[in-house]
Amino acid sequence: MHSSTGILRTLGLILAGSIALLSSPVHSGTAVTPGSRAAGMESCVAPTAEIRRNHMDYLKHDRNRVVHEGVRDVKHSLAGCVECHAEKDGNGGYHPINADGQFCSGCHEHLAVNLTCFQCHSKEPDRKHSDAASLSGIRNAGQRGRLGLLIKLNEAPALSSEEMAQLHALSREE
Amino acid sequence: MTGKNEPNDMKRREFIGRTVLAAGAASVAPGILLTVANAKSEGEGASSDIRWGMLIDSNKCVDNCTACVDACERENGINLLQRPEGQGDEMWNAQRPQWIRKVKLRDRQTDEVTNLPMMCQHCEFPPCVDVCPTGASFKRADGIVMVDRHICIGCRYCMMACPYKARSFIHKNVEKQTVRSPRGKGCVESCNLCVHRIDAGATTTACQDACEKDGHKAILFGDLKDPESQLSKALKEKSSRQIRADLELNTGVRYTSL
Repeated sequence: MHSSTGILRTLGLILAGSIALLSSPVHSGTAVTPGSRAAGMESCVAPTAEIRRNHMDYLKHDRNRVVHEGVRDVKHSLAGCVECHAEKDGNGGYHPINADGQFCSGCHEHLAVNLTCFQCHSKEPDRKHSDAASLSGIRNAGQRGRLGLLIKLNEAPALSSEEMAQLHALSREE
Repeated sequence: MTGKNEPNDMKRREFIGRTVLAAGAASVAPGILLTVANAKSEGEGASSDIRWGMLIDSNKCVDNCTACVDACERENGINLLQRPEGQGDEMWNAQRPQWIRKVKLRDRQTDEVTNLPMMCQHCEFPPCVDVCPTGASFKRADGIVMVDRHICIGCRYCMMACPYKARSFIHKNVEKQTVRSPRGKGCVESCNLCVHRIDAGATTTACQDACEKDGHKAILFGDLKDPESQLSKALKEKSSRQIRADLELNTGVRYTSL
């Protein structure tokens, strides 16, 4: 009797520990790299939780509008992600965003999801000319500033209750 | 309706508000847009009221000048491609992408030499679109023939189908791209009439600008559907030709003095 409760307790502890380990790197703390433009901004183009869960769909949707319809003023663009999240390397350039420990690869490696965007797309923002076409969506969103906050390192919960409610409302809509 | 659905309601209200605003803006916009020679804004999609085209005066195209080719390579990031290690000149020149190239014609009887830049002719009935098995090769509403590289599988049927040899294939991994010109191994690409510039409101292409800067003025870009455009007026004045007009593709790129 005693031994079986002991085993259960140990199993429980291991389970709890592994759940905590699995969830911690992505959901606690921020993935935003300190030397990027995003670090100084209040929010992404949508609440962090929403972007984390749906960015791939948003990007795919808007890329079709850009490529086939010629609408460049879209809210979600890969060039926008790179522009904001690329970390400066201190020599006037940027670290490639898919390099080890950088914004995109951080999560994608953790989740073992292939990141193939950058086989074709630029891994860093253009140095001299800022591509106005790809950026206007981001700028507008920055001005809006009403959406979710980036999660800070010292903040415990990953999602605020409002963000969670919004997220659930969205998934119900689908 | 329960309290739980409130975020939804907020979204709906916002959406309605924005739609009303957008409708208001649209009713003001056309008048303004007309005055700036059909330049489009970023938020506006490609419109079928426009058909982009070109007129190339081969008399003005100078022997040994490569201004348009160089400008195209800079504009579209082709100059960033590195020659694969150990690849010979012949293979490199045959396989590297060429969106625009100089073609030299010599009359066998008179030895008269004609130069002309050759690129995607942006056909009204493009054979590359006909043969594409995935829909990656497509024609935009404004007549620009493009490749959606997200869905291109690299089968190269379009390269076989194109009578103008306008398409290129990327054979090796690409290390460096510009933001405006994504490029990667396994996809086909060709001239897109500098679509990123057009979408940003520009009314010239890189090759035209370069040709004009060098004082040759052989390339004229514009809207074929606008009777007031410089291009339409020039086409009305001079006799022009489509290359391989016998194929009845109704090309968007025309040539004079040919």
